[in-house]
Amino acid sequence: MGVSRINARFKKLNLEGRSGLVTFTTAGDPDYNTALKILKGLPGAGADIIELGMPFSDPMADGLAIQEASIRALNGNMTLKKTLKMVRSFRKNDQDTPIVLMGYYNPIYIYGVQNFIGDALAAGIDGMIVVDLPPEEDKELAIPANDAGMAMIHLATPTTDQNRLKKILKNGSGFLYYVTIAGVTGTAKPDLKPVKAALDNFKEISQIPMAVGFGIKSPEDAAQFATFADAVVVGSAIVDIIKNNLNQENVANSDLEAKVLSFVSKLANGVQNARKKHGVPL
Amino acid sequence: MSDKNVNSFRNSPDEDGHFGIFGGRYVAETLMPLILEVEKTYRAAKNDPAFKKEFNELLKEYVGRPNPLYYAKRLTEHLGGAKIYFKREELNHTGAHKINNCVGQILLARRMGKTRIIAETGAGQHGVATATVCALFGMPCVIYMGAKDIERQKPNVFRMRLLGAEVIPVITGSESLKDSMNEAMRDWVGNVEDTFYIIGTVAGPHPYPELVRDFQCVIGNEAREQILEKEGRLPDSLVACVGGGSNAIGLFHPFLDDDVEMYAIEAAGHGVNTDKHAASLSGGMPGILHGNRTYLLMDDDGQIQEAHSISAGLDYPGIGPEHSHLHEIGRVKYVPIGDTEALAAFQLCSKLEGIIPALECAHAIAYICKLAPDLPKDHVMIMGLSGRGDKDIFTVAEALGEDI
Ligand SMILES: Cc1ncc(COP(=O)(O)O)c(C=O)c1O
Repeated sequence: MGVSRINARFKKLNLEGRSGLVTFTTAGDPDYNTALKILKGLPGAGADIIELGMPFSDPMADGLAIQEASIRALNGNMTLKKTLKMVRSFRKNDQDTPIVLMGYYNPIYIYGVQNFIGDALAAGIDGMIVVDLPPEEDKELAIPANDAGMAMIHLATPTTDQNRLKKILKNGSGFLYYVTIAGVTGTAKPDLKPVKAALDNFKEISQIPMAVGFGIKSPEDAAQFATFADAVVVGSAIVDIIKNNLNQENVANSDLEAKVLSFVSKLANGVQNARKKHGVPL
Repeated sequence: MSDKNVNSFRNSPDEDGHFGIFGGRYVAETLMPLILEVEKTYRAAKNDPAFKKEFNELLKEYVGRPNPLYYAKRLTEHLGGAKIYFKREELNHTGAHKINNCVGQILLARRMGKTRIIAETGAGQHGVATATVCALFGMPCVIYMGAKDIERQKPNVFRMRLLGAEVIPVITGSESLKDSMNEAMRDWVGNVEDTFYIIGTVAGPHPYPELVRDFQCVIGNEAREQILEKEGRLPDSLVACVGGGSNAIGLFHPFLDDDVEMYAIEAAGHGVNTDKHAASLSGGMPGILHGNRTYLLMDDDGQIQEAHSISAGLDYPGIGPEHSHLHEIGRVKYVPIGDTEALAAFQLCSKLEGIIPALECAHAIAYICKLAPDLPKDHVMIMGLSGRGDKDIFTVAEALGEDI
């Protein structure tokens, strides 16, 4: 399916006249089985797009919450191969919810770029966000991924001007991920106004759907950004719930999955009703 | 061969920062505009005589350059072969080659209008050198250092604090150099407006491997003049230790197009066949970390592994991209030397020459002990004595089972 599953999802959101919720969790956090149960429950809880973290030993652009999620997963012997397996298992019951992998380049490079793109598409993965591949390195992965029909979601940030955006969008597909703050994941809540101004500015030169993420932690925050963004990403806040529902040996409490999904429902509620509540789309 | 030769080994990197297939710019998008600006500023500075003049003056008046090229007579006689010279980087202000690069980078930072400096450090030598130039230029300085390294390099931690730097312990990952670099990158992503990152070795995203090399080339340029004066000819071989590879490339680069053999010594820790070493060329494979493609120690899932060396300054699971390239084309020979041999060489050099070397370059001395005896007496060899060993006396005492 690849990029077309993502495109279909944004079309649907557009028809419904609402923003979408993108959830982030790390594959294998806190363990393979619990992570899979969470993954399977996400669409029902209201996730419109699923971002799945590929654990990495050196997550340079992540704050503590997602760093620790990576470490928990790696301590449980999570690998990129098992991440693909997890998605294959998810796809048995869900053909509509796009799954986008997020992580760092080295594990993909070591897997082998062409093999990885093929195996990932076959597993039911639709796109990738690779944090340490700026457009200067598009030939590494973005171009072969696009050629194979896999979305390569590029990032734009507060340091991005219109010229740079053109370069970013050249081989960017699926959607644009706007990082709301100059910083790592899991930091303070961003101000609404500059984010909206940046997106307005970007919309002048591109029609690609634009998601916003970083620092969005509560259903209320999510609702605010959902008034104007095509999708809203929540990551560290979900990962924090996982962390807070582990026992002393880092084993999941029996109600961990329910707690995560209940929080996702609240986020979804906020996002889905944002424009109704706030009236006309901004 | 001349610099203009298209076959020159000295033309890399290309404009995207590649040395062969190595190097590049693998960083978060937030940093890209800034990294492009560092490159632009560096290009302009390189062609600005005023920048060069200020750099050279600081090296002369503040760092104490040129340092001597010293004929190590007793070591030469002891080994009974090649004629051995030491390039005395340990005599620089702050006791290692690291300061050469820091002087260059803080001038760049000021040129870019940045007002806050961050750096990573392993042994603490780069941290001390960075804190030193920050004091000199009156800039606030934050040093990231692994909690494990803070424990084994206490004197340098205190030095940095005396110099006015804030030392932040890094408690994530393996708590050593690679994690400090991650933490420094995270800081930089969040402070792009006012902060300059002074990277301590020829690693990181383009243009760092190039600019750090260029600043360190003062080592080889001086050595070249000095050996011509002393011997009337170029040396037959060069030997230096490699962590990230800044002192080695600084010594080698000016000789790359000449008929000079080069040996770079990686830290083999307990041995390259164990899981406790830091020899990324002998025991690693190409991958992507910290902004560039290079040889790295990792598992078959691409997860970076912890390095190990008795020398904190070599304890890094990667190596600069230019070294990966020079390795693949065979221009430089990379040789592993383990903890035990380095410890023996540390003691030998102290007793024979009255110079306590840093544990890092004790690895190079250990290799000379193997190489020199079989070479003819007219073989001229230069070793980069990258730093002095005062910082290592606690580590060495512990390894020798002595209480101090
Ligand atoms: C004295 C000394 N030599 C060598 C190194 C290794 O660094 P590089 O390989 O960049 O020269 C260090 C690093 O801390 C050092 O302190």
